[in-house]
Amino acid sequence: MTKSRAVKKFLKFAGVPLAIFTVVLIVPFVNGVYYTFTDWDGFEVNKLVGFSNYTKSFQDPTFWSTLRFTALFVVVSLILVNVVAFGLALIVTSKLKSRNILRTFFFVPNLIGGVVLGVIWQFIFNSAIVALANKYDWTLFKESWLQDTNKAFWALIIVTVWQSSGYMMIVYITGLVSIENDVLEASQIDGASPLRTLMTIKIPLMAQAFTIALFLTLRGGFMAYDVNVALTGGGPFRTTELISLHIFQDAFANGNFGTGQSKAVVMFLIVALAALVQVTISKRYEVQR
Amino acid sequence: MSARARLGRRVTFVVGAILAFAYFFPFFLVFVNSLKLKPEILANPLSIPTHISWDNFQQALTKMNFFRSLTNSIIITVLSVSLLIVFSSMMAYYLARTKNKLSKYIFLILVTSMIVPFQALMIPFMARFAQFVSWNNRGALIFFYIGFGVALSTFLYHGFISTIPTEIDEAASIDGASDMVAFWRIIFPMMRPITATVAIINALWIWNDFLLPRLVLTNETQTLPLSTYLFYGQYSIEYGQAMAGLVLAVIPIVIFYLVLQKQFISGISQGAVK
Repeated sequence: MTKSRAVKKFLKFAGVPLAIFTVVLIVPFVNGVYYTFTDWDGFEVNKLVGFSNYTKSFQDPTFWSTLRFTALFVVVSLILVNVVAFGLALIVTSKLKSRNILRTFFFVPNLIGGVVLGVIWQFIFNSAIVALANKYDWTLFKESWLQDTNKAFWALIIVTVWQSSGYMMIVYITGLVSIENDVLEASQIDGASPLRTLMTIKIPLMAQAFTIALFLTLRGGFMAYDVNVALTGGGPFRTTELISLHIFQDAFANGNFGTGQSKAVVMFLIVALAALVQVTISKRYEVQR
Repeated sequence: MSARARLGRRVTFVVGAILAFAYFFPFFLVFVNSLKLKPEILANPLSIPTHISWDNFQQALTKMNFFRSLTNSIIITVLSVSLLIVFSSMMAYYLARTKNKLSKYIFLILVTSMIVPFQALMIPFMARFAQFVSWNNRGALIFFYIGFGVALSTFLYHGFISTIPTEIDEAASIDGASDMVAFWRIIFPMMRPITATVAIINALWIWNDFLLPRLVLTNETQTLPLSTYLFYGQYSIEYGQAMAGLVLAVIPIVIFYLVLQKQFISGISQGAVK
């Protein structure tokens, strides 16, 4: 093939998508990193300011509390979503006749966007449970959970687990059914108990599914925004703001574009680092077949 | 079957049924209360409505501009997903079949870009595209979805094309078909399963997306999640109407899922393995 024909083919097949990708993703990303070192106010850049946007960000106490809150949220949701999802996958891959119906029930919350789920649960926590608690005298629920930082955290976790476990369940089902039957039969003939088979055969052979599900929940945890904004809105008093909402507020509600963008870059670095560490560790457990 | 296995199965069933009930319960609660009047809801959110009133639905339909938002959601989702399929399948075909450094690096950049959270670029993004957005916000949104979705979609297609033998391309070119004709007539139809996966994964994401539409769209062009959120914010005091609004917001995607259930499940598991 001549050179000009090769170029033509490249443009024909990849030109448009690559151009859009560059304009939408690469340019704003590079731009964004550059802006954090300037006095950018959302409109124009006058001078370079070194790291002062970053120092200002880290001097902001609410940013620290958001980071702590986000870290806790990521860890707890990561563990609970995956434990629940794996349990659901085991139930749904068992020999039950009702397994397909059960799968639908577990999966449906996942179809619905975080915002709609968030407001559904806002009704439940703010109104439904409170009304029932007053009727039947349940002290734990008399005050809405969303009015208290610690309980609002668990409310966020409950909704996240309810939403994401169905998706991760599918990932685990894919892993479970990919295990060859002869391996399972062999372990049965050798007299291994179901629990033993699960721990020593199934889980190691489907480690790839864990890598993927952990990666997705990790990333989802850091990026969680919809449920946060619809369920707690960051309240009471901005104590339940996850990092996405915090950045959104900083930039678009308070007009702090410089610090908002620096916090966004910090968020990117944390996500990239966490994902890299997680994938490296998980890969080590994967068995080559 | 041994007695122990039977017991095990029974326990699994009971646990599964309880969990299914718990997963479904919030929807039940919303639905039941969407048919009730406010005093009835406050007296007992769990009670079955004494007489069914569809008035809440009528109110919600008009107040949240349901049909307008539904139309917007459909237009935006269908156009974005179709364009994503066209562009990313072509690009993936090129990248998978052209074995040189350039295509290797492009692929690498695409894969790496998937780790970048949208939040990391939304601020400069909105500043840069303000004019484009005010010119045509729905068009801009579709353009953005192509930009953000193309990496994952190309990645999925890339993995699939690698399994199609190159002899097929060669045979087509010997028969005198041009690159484009060979791709659309022969290769693309072979990629049906992965096209279904790409379509479903992107449609779910775009249909439910909230943050980007919130930044980009106006009142007239808002999508279903946006109008639900705004409606709920305004009328959450009117419990019955708010619940009816939520039921309306949930119905379209659930119907879509029930119709295409098999494709959904296999789509997600395909997307996950890659």
